[in-house]
Amino acid sequence: MASGEEDGTVEEKETNNKKRTKGAIATAWLTFYNIAMTAGWLVLAVAMVRYYLQKGTHKGLYRNIARTLKFFQTFALLEVGHCAIGIVRTSVIVTGVQVCSRIFMVWFVTNSIRQIQNEESVILFVVVWTITEITRYSFYTFNLLNHLPYFIKWARYNMFIVMYPLGVIGELLTIHASLPYVRRSGMYSLRLPNKYNVSFDYYYFLIIVMLSYIPCKHSTHNKTSTCMLPFPHWGCHVSGV
Amino acid sequence: MDALALEAKGAKSESAGASAPPKPRPKPPQKAKRIVYFEVEILDIKTREKLLLLDKVEPTSTILDIKSLFHKSNAQWYPARQSLCLDPKGKPLRDEDILQELPVGTTATFYFRDLGAQIAWGTVFLIECIGPLVIYLLFYFRLPLIYAPKYEFTASRHLVVHIACVCHSFHYGKRILETLFVHRFSHGTMPFRNIFKNCSYYWCSAAWMAYYINHPLYTPPYYGESQVKAALGIFLFCQLGSFSIHMALRNLKLSGCKTKKIPYPTKNPFTWIFALVSCPNYTYELGSWLGFTLMTQCVPVLFFTVVGFIQMTVWAKGKHRSYLKEFKQYPTLRSPILPFIL
Repeated sequence: MASGEEDGTVEEKETNNKKRTKGAIATAWLTFYNIAMTAGWLVLAVAMVRYYLQKGTHKGLYRNIARTLKFFQTFALLEVGHCAIGIVRTSVIVTGVQVCSRIFMVWFVTNSIRQIQNEESVILFVVVWTITEITRYSFYTFNLLNHLPYFIKWARYNMFIVMYPLGVIGELLTIHASLPYVRRSGMYSLRLPNKYNVSFDYYYFLIIVMLSYIPCKHSTHNKTSTCMLPFPHWGCHVSGV
Repeated sequence: MDALALEAKGAKSESAGASAPPKPRPKPPQKAKRIVYFEVEILDIKTREKLLLLDKVEPTSTILDIKSLFHKSNAQWYPARQSLCLDPKGKPLRDEDILQELPVGTTATFYFRDLGAQIAWGTVFLIECIGPLVIYLLFYFRLPLIYAPKYEFTASRHLVVHIACVCHSFHYGKRILETLFVHRFSHGTMPFRNIFKNCSYYWCSAAWMAYYINHPLYTPPYYGESQVKAALGIFLFCQLGSFSIHMALRNLKLSGCKTKKIPYPTKNPFTWIFALVSCPNYTYELGSWLGFTLMTQCVPVLFFTVVGFIQMTVWAKGKHRSYLKEFKQYPTLRSPILPFIL
């Protein structure tokens, strides 16, 4: 009987140890990830400022930073994985929707539709994203290191009031600017007749996406305004602007 | 006053004695001359405010009786809308549960939660099914404003389109008739909000499918007549199967008693699948839609079939789990929805 009890506590200790090491590995990985992402977006910010100072215009700026932007924005898909395996306590669906909307903008709008890459609205949302992501990732990094400077916390919870609407405007204007080119080229569209008996019109799809900004962004925005906890925790994910 | 009425009923049923009571309640023992009446207290689950105190409640009353009494004093909360639990974090009590069989003293405290406006299951099913039936026909007859004006009120030149219309209408017509005459719903109601969710899904899916199948530029199946014939065979077979299962399930609940029973294969060959599957109604439904997909060779139909399959699998797994929990001797060969697979 006594040995049975001992076995029980030994097993408990083993599982506790396993949990602790798993927690340590998770923290280490997340710290590395957040530092890497902060660095990436900083690089992007610096590149943009340098280009503008050198050339004096925003034309061609997108082409210059396109690869870096695509790389770091796509890398953010990992965050969905973090939520799925539970090391970050945010809903998978919320994170998924936010990351997907970013990926959609980068790959299916600005990357595919060359003619709009010099629009001012593109610069607008890229700048907004850069500022927001630097703030967000540095917030997470400092949080994980348990040393959060007040100004980062302030920035995280207050900048989005301005950044958020600006970002939405930038994205909407960009999609709107792309519409004539999409219509003319018929890209990503499938017309009837075909053997699958289905059709898809990218032009109308983009219009629906624009309309969906109203309910979707409104609901995620509402969700995040309740996330104003005085005590920041690991995965508190303010809506990605 | 209501407690008095209950008391009077109690006295009457005692004197009625041998005659069978209308509800299957345990008869109070003839010897005991005194009935220990219960006191029932209903508290709001969130505010813990005392909503109602009933004294002299008969021990053999059911939860439904108590809900009816509560409804009398709070007219806006009809019994279907009430959820009563013994424990704020516990599961709601069933309507058939009897007061004296609950783990309470002579004073029972129930926690009440308002489930919101409710709508009868049968009503939801009917509205869900009448929509697609009508909507598909609007597309089939090519009403104005759907396709280009030159196609208004024209008919498709492909036979498969006509067959598809008959099948689709038959499927939903059968569902409507089953809702009216065959199904026996164990839950009376569902939240009112569900009707918007369910109906928009069914109606929009039907419109999306019907648009392409009845489109002037519709492409008939790749393998032509043999594909259509095979698909039609599968569809009809599964429709018959689905009907047989619904009838078999209905016959399980015939006697009106609420005890759950395990469904078994009957003389009808279509029910022999009960040996391998817990929820063959979903299996046959999947089969019907696969047949329809094959018949029309249309991606929106495939999409609808896949989404339906995922949802039905979730339901089947839940049902299978509850069967396993309820019956110790539940046949081990059975899977939730697909024999041996899922």
